[in-house]
Amino acid sequence: MIEIQDIHKSFGSLEVLKGVSLNVEKGEVVSVIGGSGSGKSTMLMCINGLEKIQRGRILVDGTDVHARNTDLNKLRRKIGIVFQQWNAFPHLTVLENVMLAPRKVLGRSRQDAEAVAVQRLTDVGLAEKLKVYPSKLSGGQQQRMAIARALAMEPDYMLFDEVTSALDPQLVGEVLDTLRMLSSKGMTMIVVTHEIAFAREVSDRVAFFHQGRIHEIGSPEHVIGNPQQPETIAFLKSVL
Amino acid sequence: MFSTSMSWHDLGFVLQGAGVTLAVTFWAILLGTVLGMLFGLIRAVSPWWIAAPLGVVLDVPRSVPLLIQLVIINSFKSIIGVNASPFVVSCVVLGIYASAYCSEIVRGGILAVPTTTRRAARSLGMTYWQDLKEIVFPMALRVMLPSWIGLTLGVMKDTALVLWIGIIELLRASQIIVTRIQEPLFVLTVAGLIYFAMSFPIARLGAWLEKRWQEND
Ligand SMILES: Nc1ncnc2c1ncn2[C@@H]1O[C@H](COP(=O)(O)OP(=O)(O)OP(=O)(O)O)[C@@H](O)[C@H]1O
Ligand SMILES: [Mg+2]
Repeated sequence: MIEIQDIHKSFGSLEVLKGVSLNVEKGEVVSVIGGSGSGKSTMLMCINGLEKIQRGRILVDGTDVHARNTDLNKLRRKIGIVFQQWNAFPHLTVLENVMLAPRKVLGRSRQDAEAVAVQRLTDVGLAEKLKVYPSKLSGGQQQRMAIARALAMEPDYMLFDEVTSALDPQLVGEVLDTLRMLSSKGMTMIVVTHEIAFAREVSDRVAFFHQGRIHEIGSPEHVIGNPQQPETIAFLKSVL
Repeated sequence: MFSTSMSWHDLGFVLQGAGVTLAVTFWAILLGTVLGMLFGLIRAVSPWWIAAPLGVVLDVPRSVPLLIQLVIINSFKSIIGVNASPFVVSCVVLGIYASAYCSEIVRGGILAVPTTTRRAARSLGMTYWQDLKEIVFPMALRVMLPSWIGLTLGVMKDTALVLWIGIIELLRASQIIVTRIQEPLFVLTVAGLIYFAMSFPIARLGAWLEKRWQEND
Protein backbone atom coordinates (compact mmCIF):
# COMPACT_ATOMS: atom_id res chain seq x y z
CA MET A 1 0.00 0.00 0.00
CA ILE A 2 1.15 3.53 -0.80
CA GLU A 3 0.42 6.13 1.89
CA ILE A 4 1.02 9.74 1.00
CA GLN A 5 0.65 11.86 4.12
CA ASP A 6 0.42 15.62 3.84
CA ILE A 7 3.46 16.09 1.61
CA HIS A 8 4.87 19.50 0.78
CA LYS A 9 7.36 20.07 -1.99
CA SER A 10 8.96 23.27 -3.25
CA PHE A 11 11.39 24.05 -6.03
CA GLY A 12 13.15 27.07 -4.59
CA SER A 13 10.43 29.52 -3.68
CA LEU A 14 7.81 27.81 -5.84
CA GLU A 15 5.61 25.57 -3.71
CA VAL A 16 4.42 22.82 -6.03
CA LEU A 17 2.77 20.40 -3.58
CA LYS A 18 0.91 22.06 -0.74
CA GLY A 19 -0.12 19.21 1.46
CA VAL A 20 -1.15 16.19 -0.60
CA SER A 21 -2.56 13.08 1.06
CA LEU A 22 -3.57 9.93 -0.77
CA ASN A 23 -3.73 6.26 0.09
CA VAL A 24 -3.57 3.67 -2.65
CA GLU A 25 -4.58 0.16 -1.65
CA LYS A 26 -3.19 -3.04 -3.15
CA GLY A 27 -4.93 -3.74 -6.44
CA GLU A 28 -6.39 -0.28 -6.69
CA VAL A 29 -6.18 1.90 -9.80
CA VAL A 30 -6.14 5.61 -9.04
CA SER A 31 -6.17 8.10 -11.88
CA VAL A 32 -4.83 11.57 -11.39
CA ILE A 33 -6.16 14.37 -13.56
CA GLY A 34 -5.58 18.10 -13.42
CA GLY A 35 -4.19 21.09 -15.23
CA SER A 36 -0.64 21.62 -16.39
CA GLY A 37 1.72 22.57 -13.57
CA SER A 38 -0.60 21.37 -10.82
CA GLY A 39 2.08 19.02 -9.45
CA LYS A 40 1.03 15.60 -10.78
CA SER A 41 4.44 14.56 -12.14
CA THR A 42 6.17 15.93 -9.08
CA MET A 43 4.03 13.76 -6.81
CA LEU A 44 4.93 10.62 -8.77
CA MET A 45 8.63 11.42 -8.54
CA CYS A 46 8.33 11.93 -4.80
CA ILE A 47 6.79 8.46 -4.46
CA ASN A 48 9.92 6.69 -5.72
CA GLY A 49 12.31 9.20 -4.17
CA LEU A 50 13.49 10.84 -7.40
CA GLU A 51 12.45 14.10 -5.72
CA LYS A 52 12.83 15.00 -2.05
CA ILE A 53 10.00 16.45 0.01
CA GLN A 54 10.12 19.22 2.60
CA ARG A 55 7.29 18.05 4.84
CA GLY A 56 5.04 15.05 5.38
CA ARG A 57 5.95 11.51 4.48
CA ILE A 58 5.32 8.74 2.02
CA LEU A 59 5.14 5.12 3.09
CA VAL A 60 5.40 2.28 0.60
CA ASP A 61 4.48 -0.99 2.29
CA GLY A 62 5.33 0.74 5.53
CA THR A 63 8.78 1.93 4.43
CA ASP A 64 9.33 5.68 4.70
CA VAL A 65 10.61 6.66 1.23
CA HIS A 66 12.43 9.76 2.39
CA ALA A 67 13.90 8.40 5.62
CA ARG A 68 17.66 8.68 5.69
CA ASN A 69 18.28 4.97 6.16
CA THR A 70 15.95 3.82 3.37
CA ASP A 71 17.68 1.98 0.54
CA LEU A 72 16.07 3.79 -2.39
CA ASN A 73 17.60 1.55 -5.02
CA LYS A 74 15.98 -1.41 -3.34
CA LEU A 75 12.67 0.35 -2.83
CA ARG A 76 12.53 1.37 -6.49
CA ARG A 77 12.57 -2.27 -7.54
CA LYS A 78 8.99 -2.61 -6.49
CA ILE A 79 7.79 0.67 -7.99
CA GLY A 80 7.77 0.78 -11.77
CA ILE A 81 7.42 4.18 -13.38
CA VAL A 82 6.83 5.13 -17.01
CA PHE A 83 7.22 8.70 -18.17
CA GLN A 84 5.71 10.83 -20.87
CA GLN A 85 8.94 10.83 -22.88
CA TRP A 86 9.60 7.17 -23.63
CA ASN A 87 13.25 7.25 -22.55
CA ALA A 88 14.51 4.20 -24.39
CA PHE A 89 18.19 3.41 -23.93
CA PRO A 90 19.15 4.08 -27.56
CA HIS A 91 22.37 2.04 -27.55
CA LEU A 92 20.59 -1.17 -26.58
CA THR A 93 18.18 -3.36 -28.54
CA VAL A 94 14.59 -3.68 -27.36
CA LEU A 95 15.41 -6.97 -25.67
CA GLU A 96 18.55 -5.55 -24.02
CA ASN A 97 16.60 -2.51 -22.82
CA VAL A 98 14.24 -4.80 -20.95
CA MET A 99 16.93 -7.24 -19.73
CA LEU A 100 19.35 -4.64 -18.38
CA ALA A 101 17.84 -3.82 -14.98
CA PRO A 102 16.87 -7.41 -14.08
CA ARG A 103 20.45 -8.44 -14.77
CA LYS A 104 22.27 -5.53 -13.11
CA VAL A 105 19.86 -4.72 -10.32
CA LEU A 106 18.33 -8.10 -9.47
CA GLY A 107 21.40 -10.10 -10.50
CA ARG A 108 19.42 -12.45 -12.74
CA SER A 109 21.28 -14.77 -15.08
CA ARG A 110 21.22 -13.96 -18.79
CA GLN A 111 18.82 -16.83 -19.53
CA ASP A 112 16.41 -15.89 -16.75
CA ALA A 113 16.45 -12.22 -17.64
CA GLU A 114 15.92 -13.00 -21.29
CA ALA A 115 13.02 -15.36 -20.58
CA VAL A 116 11.26 -12.72 -18.48
CA ALA A 117 12.00 -9.96 -20.99
CA VAL A 118 10.62 -11.98 -23.90
CA GLN A 119 7.51 -12.72 -21.86
CA ARG A 120 6.92 -9.06 -20.94
CA LEU A 121 7.59 -7.87 -24.48
CA THR A 122 5.14 -10.46 -25.77
CA ASP A 123 2.55 -9.19 -23.28
CA VAL A 124 2.82 -5.70 -24.72
CA GLY A 125 2.81 -6.94 -28.31
CA LEU A 126 6.47 -6.47 -29.17
CA ALA A 127 7.52 -10.10 -29.61
CA GLU A 128 8.57 -9.36 -33.20
CA LYS A 129 10.87 -6.50 -32.25
CA LEU A 130 13.34 -8.10 -29.85
CA LYS A 131 16.52 -7.49 -31.87
CA VAL A 132 15.52 -4.06 -33.13
CA TYR A 133 16.94 -0.79 -31.84
CA PRO A 134 14.45 1.62 -30.24
CA SER A 135 14.99 4.27 -32.93
CA LYS A 136 13.31 1.90 -35.37
CA LEU A 137 10.13 1.76 -33.28
CA SER A 138 7.12 4.05 -33.42
CA GLY A 139 6.36 6.22 -30.40
CA GLY A 140 3.64 3.85 -29.25
CA GLN A 141 5.97 0.87 -29.56
CA GLN A 142 8.72 2.68 -27.64
CA GLN A 143 6.26 3.51 -24.92
CA ARG A 144 5.10 -0.12 -24.72
CA MET A 145 8.75 -1.15 -24.52
CA ALA A 146 9.21 1.25 -21.60
CA ILE A 147 6.23 -0.38 -19.89
CA ALA A 148 7.68 -3.86 -20.50
CA ARG A 149 11.01 -2.64 -19.13
CA ALA A 150 9.39 -1.52 -15.91
CA LEU A 151 7.31 -4.71 -15.67
CA ALA A 152 10.37 -6.92 -16.08
CA MET A 153 11.42 -5.82 -12.58
CA GLU A 154 8.21 -7.47 -11.34
CA PRO A 155 7.10 -4.37 -9.44
CA ASP A 156 4.23 -4.30 -6.99
CA TYR A 157 3.21 -0.82 -8.08
CA MET A 158 3.17 0.96 -11.41
CA LEU A 159 3.14 4.72 -11.81
CA PHE A 160 2.26 6.19 -15.21
CA ASP A 161 2.91 9.81 -16.05
CA GLU A 162 0.90 10.91 -19.08
CA VAL A 163 2.24 7.97 -21.04
CA THR A 164 0.09 8.79 -24.07
CA SER A 165 0.56 12.57 -24.22
CA ALA A 166 3.52 12.54 -26.57
CA LEU A 167 1.94 10.04 -28.95
CA ASP A 168 0.15 10.55 -32.23
CA PRO A 169 -3.59 10.04 -31.71
CA GLN A 170 -3.68 6.77 -33.66
CA LEU A 171 -1.02 5.29 -31.34
CA VAL A 172 -2.75 6.16 -28.08
CA GLY A 173 -5.11 3.19 -28.20
CA GLU A 174 -2.40 0.52 -28.23
CA VAL A 175 -0.75 1.95 -25.12
CA LEU A 176 -4.06 2.31 -23.28
CA ASP A 177 -4.80 -1.34 -24.14
CA THR A 178 -1.58 -2.27 -22.37
CA LEU A 179 -2.69 -0.36 -19.28
CA ARG A 180 -6.10 -2.03 -19.42
CA MET A 181 -4.42 -5.42 -19.51
CA LEU A 182 -2.40 -4.51 -16.42
CA SER A 183 -5.39 -3.30 -14.49
CA SER A 184 -7.30 -6.47 -15.33
CA LYS A 185 -4.39 -8.45 -13.90
CA GLY A 186 -4.82 -6.61 -10.62
CA MET A 187 -1.76 -4.35 -10.78
CA THR A 188 -1.76 -1.47 -8.32
CA MET A 189 -1.45 1.68 -10.37
CA ILE A 190 -1.40 5.44 -10.20
CA VAL A 191 -2.16 6.79 -13.64
CA VAL A 192 -1.62 10.46 -14.38
CA THR A 193 -3.55 11.05 -17.58
CA HIS A 194 -5.38 13.49 -19.78
CA GLU A 195 -7.49 10.69 -21.24
CA ILE A 196 -10.62 11.37 -19.22
CA ALA A 197 -12.69 8.63 -20.83
CA PHE A 198 -9.96 6.13 -20.10
CA ALA A 199 -9.66 7.31 -16.49
CA ARG A 200 -13.36 6.88 -16.06
CA GLU A 201 -13.26 3.37 -17.47
CA VAL A 202 -10.32 1.81 -15.60
CA SER A 203 -10.09 3.70 -12.30
CA ASP A 204 -11.37 2.72 -8.91
CA ARG A 205 -10.88 6.34 -7.88
CA VAL A 206 -10.07 9.58 -9.62
CA ALA A 207 -8.13 12.42 -7.99
CA PHE A 208 -8.38 15.93 -9.41
CA PHE A 209 -5.24 18.00 -8.79
CA HIS A 210 -5.46 21.74 -8.59
CA GLN A 211 -2.68 24.12 -7.57
CA GLY A 212 -0.70 21.59 -5.59
CA ARG A 213 -3.61 20.00 -3.75
CA ILE A 214 -6.05 17.19 -4.34
CA HIS A 215 -9.10 19.28 -4.91
CA GLU A 216 -11.62 16.51 -5.38
CA ILE A 217 -11.35 12.75 -5.12
CA GLY A 218 -13.76 9.87 -5.38
CA SER A 219 -15.23 7.29 -7.71
CA PRO A 220 -15.11 8.07 -11.45
CA GLU A 221 -18.89 8.40 -11.47
CA HIS A 222 -18.54 11.04 -8.82
CA VAL A 223 -15.50 13.07 -9.91
CA ILE A 224 -15.94 12.79 -13.68
CA GLY A 225 -19.65 12.05 -13.92
CA ASN A 226 -20.90 14.42 -11.30
CA PRO A 227 -18.17 16.77 -10.06
CA GLN A 228 -18.98 19.10 -7.19
CA GLN A 229 -16.13 21.63 -7.21
CA PRO A 230 -16.29 24.49 -9.71
CA GLU A 231 -12.57 23.99 -10.55
CA THR A 232 -13.18 20.34 -11.40
CA ILE A 233 -16.13 21.25 -13.57
CA ALA A 234 -14.10 23.92 -15.36
CA PHE A 235 -11.17 21.55 -15.91
CA LEU A 236 -13.33 18.76 -17.29
CA LYS A 237 -15.06 21.22 -19.58
CA SER A 238 -11.68 22.33 -20.93
CA VAL A 239 -10.46 18.82 -21.78
CA LEU A 240 -13.60 17.07 -22.93
CA MET B 1 61.79 12.40 -66.49
CA PHE B 2 61.63 13.21 -62.79
CA SER B 3 64.73 12.45 -60.78
CA THR B 4 65.70 12.96 -57.17
CA SER B 5 68.77 12.46 -55.10
CA MET B 6 66.64 11.18 -52.20
CA SER B 7 67.83 7.62 -51.67
CA TRP B 8 65.95 4.61 -50.33
CA HIS B 9 68.14 5.01 -47.30
CA ASP B 10 66.88 8.59 -46.86
CA LEU B 11 63.31 7.39 -47.17
CA GLY B 12 64.00 4.82 -44.49
CA PHE B 13 65.28 7.62 -42.26
CA VAL B 14 62.11 9.64 -42.85
CA LEU B 15 59.96 6.58 -42.14
CA GLN B 16 61.84 6.07 -38.89
CA GLY B 17 60.84 9.63 -38.01
CA ALA B 18 57.28 8.73 -38.87
CA GLY B 19 57.55 5.85 -36.40
CA VAL B 20 58.54 8.33 -33.68
CA THR B 21 55.60 10.57 -34.60
CA LEU B 22 53.24 7.61 -34.28
CA ALA B 23 54.76 6.56 -30.96
CA VAL B 24 54.49 10.05 -29.44
CA THR B 25 50.92 10.37 -30.74
CA PHE B 26 49.99 6.98 -29.33
CA TRP B 27 51.31 7.61 -25.82
CA ALA B 28 50.05 11.18 -25.69
CA ILE B 29 46.54 10.16 -26.76
CA LEU B 30 46.54 7.20 -24.40
CA LEU B 31 47.54 9.39 -21.46
CA GLY B 32 45.30 12.23 -22.62
CA THR B 33 42.29 9.98 -22.98
CA VAL B 34 42.69 8.27 -19.62
CA LEU B 35 43.24 11.56 -17.77
CA GLY B 36 40.64 13.34 -19.91
CA MET B 37 37.99 10.74 -19.05
CA LEU B 38 38.76 11.19 -15.38
CA PHE B 39 38.85 15.00 -15.45
CA GLY B 40 35.81 15.20 -17.72
CA LEU B 41 33.81 12.92 -15.43
CA ILE B 42 34.80 14.92 -12.37
CA ARG B 43 33.86 18.15 -14.10
CA ALA B 44 30.50 16.78 -15.22
CA VAL B 45 29.30 15.23 -11.99
CA SER B 46 30.95 17.05 -9.08
CA PRO B 47 29.79 20.24 -7.32
CA TRP B 48 30.94 23.55 -8.72
CA TRP B 49 33.62 24.11 -6.08
CA ILE B 50 35.47 21.08 -7.45
CA ALA B 51 34.47 21.40 -11.12
CA ALA B 52 35.27 25.09 -11.51
CA PRO B 53 38.85 25.08 -10.13
CA LEU B 54 39.66 21.95 -12.13
CA GLY B 55 38.35 23.71 -15.23
CA VAL B 56 40.66 26.65 -14.58
CA VAL B 57 43.69 24.39 -14.07
CA LEU B 58 42.93 22.62 -17.33
CA ASP B 59 42.70 25.95 -19.11
CA VAL B 60 46.46 26.36 -18.60
CA PRO B 61 47.66 23.62 -20.98
CA ARG B 62 44.99 24.75 -23.43
CA SER B 63 46.00 28.40 -23.52
CA VAL B 64 49.80 28.34 -23.29
CA PRO B 65 51.36 27.51 -26.68
CA LEU B 66 52.51 23.92 -26.77
CA LEU B 67 56.00 24.91 -27.84
CA ILE B 68 56.48 26.98 -24.68
CA GLN B 69 55.15 24.15 -22.53
CA LEU B 70 57.58 21.70 -24.13
CA VAL B 71 60.62 23.89 -23.69
CA ILE B 72 59.77 24.92 -20.13
CA ILE B 73 59.01 21.40 -18.92
CA ASN B 74 62.08 20.05 -20.69
CA SER B 75 64.34 22.56 -18.88
CA PHE B 76 62.42 22.23 -15.63
CA LYS B 77 63.01 18.49 -15.42
CA SER B 78 66.80 18.97 -15.17
CA ILE B 79 66.33 21.67 -12.53
CA ILE B 80 64.33 19.36 -10.26
CA GLY B 81 66.62 16.50 -11.20
CA VAL B 82 64.13 14.19 -12.89
CA ASN B 83 65.89 11.98 -15.36
CA ALA B 84 63.36 11.83 -18.18
CA SER B 85 64.30 11.58 -21.85
CA PRO B 86 62.94 14.22 -24.24
CA PHE B 87 60.73 11.45 -25.62
CA VAL B 88 59.08 10.95 -22.24
CA VAL B 89 58.76 14.71 -21.74
CA SER B 90 57.08 14.99 -25.16
CA CYS B 91 54.57 12.25 -24.41
CA VAL B 92 53.73 13.70 -21.00
CA VAL B 93 53.39 17.33 -22.15
CA LEU B 94 51.31 16.37 -25.19
CA GLY B 95 49.35 13.93 -23.03
CA ILE B 96 48.37 16.60 -20.53
CA TYR B 97 47.58 19.00 -23.35
CA ALA B 98 45.35 16.35 -24.93
CA SER B 99 43.75 15.55 -21.55
CA ALA B 100 42.61 19.16 -21.20
CA TYR B 101 40.82 19.01 -24.55
CA CYS B 102 39.59 15.49 -23.95
CA SER B 103 38.08 16.46 -20.58
CA GLU B 104 36.04 19.09 -22.41
CA ILE B 105 34.83 16.48 -24.90
CA VAL B 106 33.97 13.98 -22.16
CA ARG B 107 32.18 16.58 -20.06
CA GLY B 108 30.12 17.68 -23.05
CA GLY B 109 29.28 14.08 -23.92
CA ILE B 110 28.12 13.26 -20.41
CA LEU B 111 26.03 16.40 -20.11
CA ALA B 112 24.42 15.64 -23.48
CA VAL B 113 22.73 12.54 -22.02
CA PRO B 114 19.16 13.65 -21.20
CA THR B 115 18.28 13.76 -17.50
CA THR B 116 15.02 12.02 -18.31
CA THR B 117 16.94 8.98 -19.59
CA ARG B 118 19.03 8.94 -16.42
CA ARG B 119 15.90 9.19 -14.29
CA ALA B 120 14.44 6.23 -16.15
CA ALA B 121 17.58 4.23 -15.32
CA ARG B 122 17.53 5.25 -11.66
CA SER B 123 13.85 4.49 -11.30
CA LEU B 124 14.57 0.92 -12.43
CA GLY B 125 16.67 0.62 -9.28
CA MET B 126 20.06 1.14 -10.88
CA THR B 127 22.66 2.74 -8.66
CA TYR B 128 24.41 5.98 -9.50
CA TRP B 129 27.43 4.09 -10.85
CA GLN B 130 25.36 1.55 -12.77
CA ASP B 131 23.60 4.44 -14.48
CA LEU B 132 26.96 5.98 -15.39
CA LYS B 133 28.46 2.74 -16.64
CA GLU B 134 25.49 1.19 -18.44
CA ILE B 135 23.68 4.25 -19.75
CA VAL B 136 25.63 7.51 -19.56
CA PHE B 137 29.03 6.34 -20.86
CA PRO B 138 27.75 4.33 -23.81
CA MET B 139 25.45 7.18 -24.84
CA ALA B 140 28.12 9.83 -24.28
CA LEU B 141 30.63 7.84 -26.33
CA ARG B 142 28.57 8.37 -29.46
CA VAL B 143 28.58 12.11 -28.92
CA MET B 144 32.28 12.16 -28.08
CA LEU B 145 33.69 10.06 -30.89
CA PRO B 146 33.88 12.65 -33.71
CA SER B 147 35.59 15.24 -31.48
CA TRP B 148 37.92 12.60 -30.07
CA ILE B 149 38.99 11.58 -33.58
CA GLY B 150 39.56 15.25 -34.34
CA LEU B 151 41.69 15.59 -31.22
CA THR B 152 43.78 12.55 -32.16
CA LEU B 153 44.46 13.91 -35.64
CA GLY B 154 45.30 17.32 -34.15
CA VAL B 155 47.73 15.84 -31.66
CA MET B 156 49.42 13.88 -34.44
CA LYS B 157 50.13 17.16 -36.27
CA ASP B 158 51.16 18.90 -33.04
CA THR B 159 53.82 16.25 -32.42
CA ALA B 160 55.90 18.13 -35.02
CA LEU B 161 56.69 20.64 -32.26
CA VAL B 162 58.69 18.11 -30.25
CA LEU B 163 61.55 18.58 -32.70
CA TRP B 164 62.30 21.69 -30.65
CA ILE B 165 63.49 19.60 -27.74
CA GLY B 166 65.69 17.48 -29.95
CA ILE B 167 63.51 14.61 -31.07
CA ILE B 168 63.83 13.42 -34.62
CA GLU B 169 60.25 12.78 -35.64
CA LEU B 170 58.79 12.86 -39.12
CA LEU B 171 59.13 16.61 -39.78
CA ARG B 172 62.62 16.89 -38.31
CA ALA B 173 63.80 13.83 -40.25
CA SER B 174 62.48 15.41 -43.43
CA GLN B 175 64.22 18.72 -42.64
CA ILE B 176 67.52 16.90 -42.19
CA ILE B 177 67.18 15.32 -45.63
CA VAL B 178 66.12 18.68 -47.13
CA THR B 179 69.19 20.37 -45.71
CA ARG B 180 71.41 17.74 -47.31
CA ILE B 181 69.86 17.19 -50.75
CA GLN B 182 68.22 20.65 -51.16
CA GLU B 183 64.92 19.37 -52.57
CA PRO B 184 62.42 20.83 -50.10
CA LEU B 185 59.38 20.51 -52.33
CA PHE B 186 59.81 16.82 -53.03
CA VAL B 187 60.84 15.80 -49.52
CA LEU B 188 58.09 17.76 -47.83
CA THR B 189 55.55 16.30 -50.26
CA VAL B 190 56.71 12.85 -49.23
CA ALA B 191 56.45 13.84 -45.56
CA GLY B 192 52.96 15.27 -46.12
CA LEU B 193 51.85 12.07 -47.81
CA ILE B 194 53.13 10.06 -44.87
CA TYR B 195 51.18 12.26 -42.41
CA PHE B 196 48.12 11.70 -44.54
CA ALA B 197 48.67 7.96 -44.71
CA MET B 198 48.85 7.84 -40.91
CA SER B 199 45.77 10.01 -40.33
CA PHE B 200 43.56 8.49 -42.97
CA PRO B 201 42.91 5.12 -41.27
CA ILE B 202 42.02 6.89 -38.00
CA ALA B 203 39.61 9.23 -39.75
CA ARG B 204 38.06 6.32 -41.67
CA LEU B 205 37.72 4.23 -38.53
CA GLY B 206 35.90 7.13 -36.87
CA ALA B 207 33.57 7.62 -39.81
CA TRP B 208 32.85 3.91 -39.93
CA LEU B 209 32.02 3.67 -36.22
CA GLU B 210 29.84 6.75 -36.45
CA LYS B 211 27.91 5.33 -39.35
CA ARG B 212 27.41 2.02 -37.59
CA TRP B 213 26.06 3.71 -34.49
CA GLN B 214 23.85 6.01 -36.50
CA GLU B 215 22.12 3.04 -38.06
CA ASN B 216 20.98 2.09 -34.58
CA ASP B 217 20.04 5.39 -33.06
N1 LIG C 1 13.05 20.32 -11.45
C1 LIG C 1 12.25 21.41 -11.32
N2 LIG C 1 12.76 22.61 -10.98
C2 LIG C 1 11.98 23.69 -10.83
N3 LIG C 1 10.65 23.69 -11.03
C3 LIG C 1 10.06 22.54 -11.39
C4 LIG C 1 10.83 21.33 -11.56
N4 LIG C 1 9.98 20.35 -11.92
C5 LIG C 1 8.76 20.90 -11.97
N5 LIG C 1 8.79 22.21 -11.66
C6 LIG C 1 7.63 23.12 -11.59
O1 LIG C 1 6.70 22.56 -10.70
C7 LIG C 1 5.37 22.77 -11.15
C8 LIG C 1 4.64 21.45 -11.20
O2 LIG C 1 5.23 20.65 -12.19
P1 LIG C 1 4.70 19.22 -12.56
O3 LIG C 1 5.58 18.70 -13.64
O4 LIG C 1 4.59 18.39 -11.34
O5 LIG C 1 3.24 19.52 -13.11
P2 LIG C 1 2.23 18.54 -13.83
O6 LIG C 1 0.99 18.58 -13.04
O7 LIG C 1 2.85 17.23 -14.06
O8 LIG C 1 1.99 19.29 -15.20
P3 LIG C 1 1.86 18.70 -16.70
O9 LIG C 1 0.44 18.27 -16.87
O10 LIG C 1 2.19 19.86 -17.57
O11 LIG C 1 2.83 17.57 -16.83
C9 LIG C 1 5.48 23.49 -12.49
O12 LIG C 1 5.25 24.86 -12.26
C10 LIG C 1 6.89 23.24 -12.91
O13 LIG C 1 7.37 24.33 -13.64
MG1 LIG D 1 3.59 16.21 -15.72
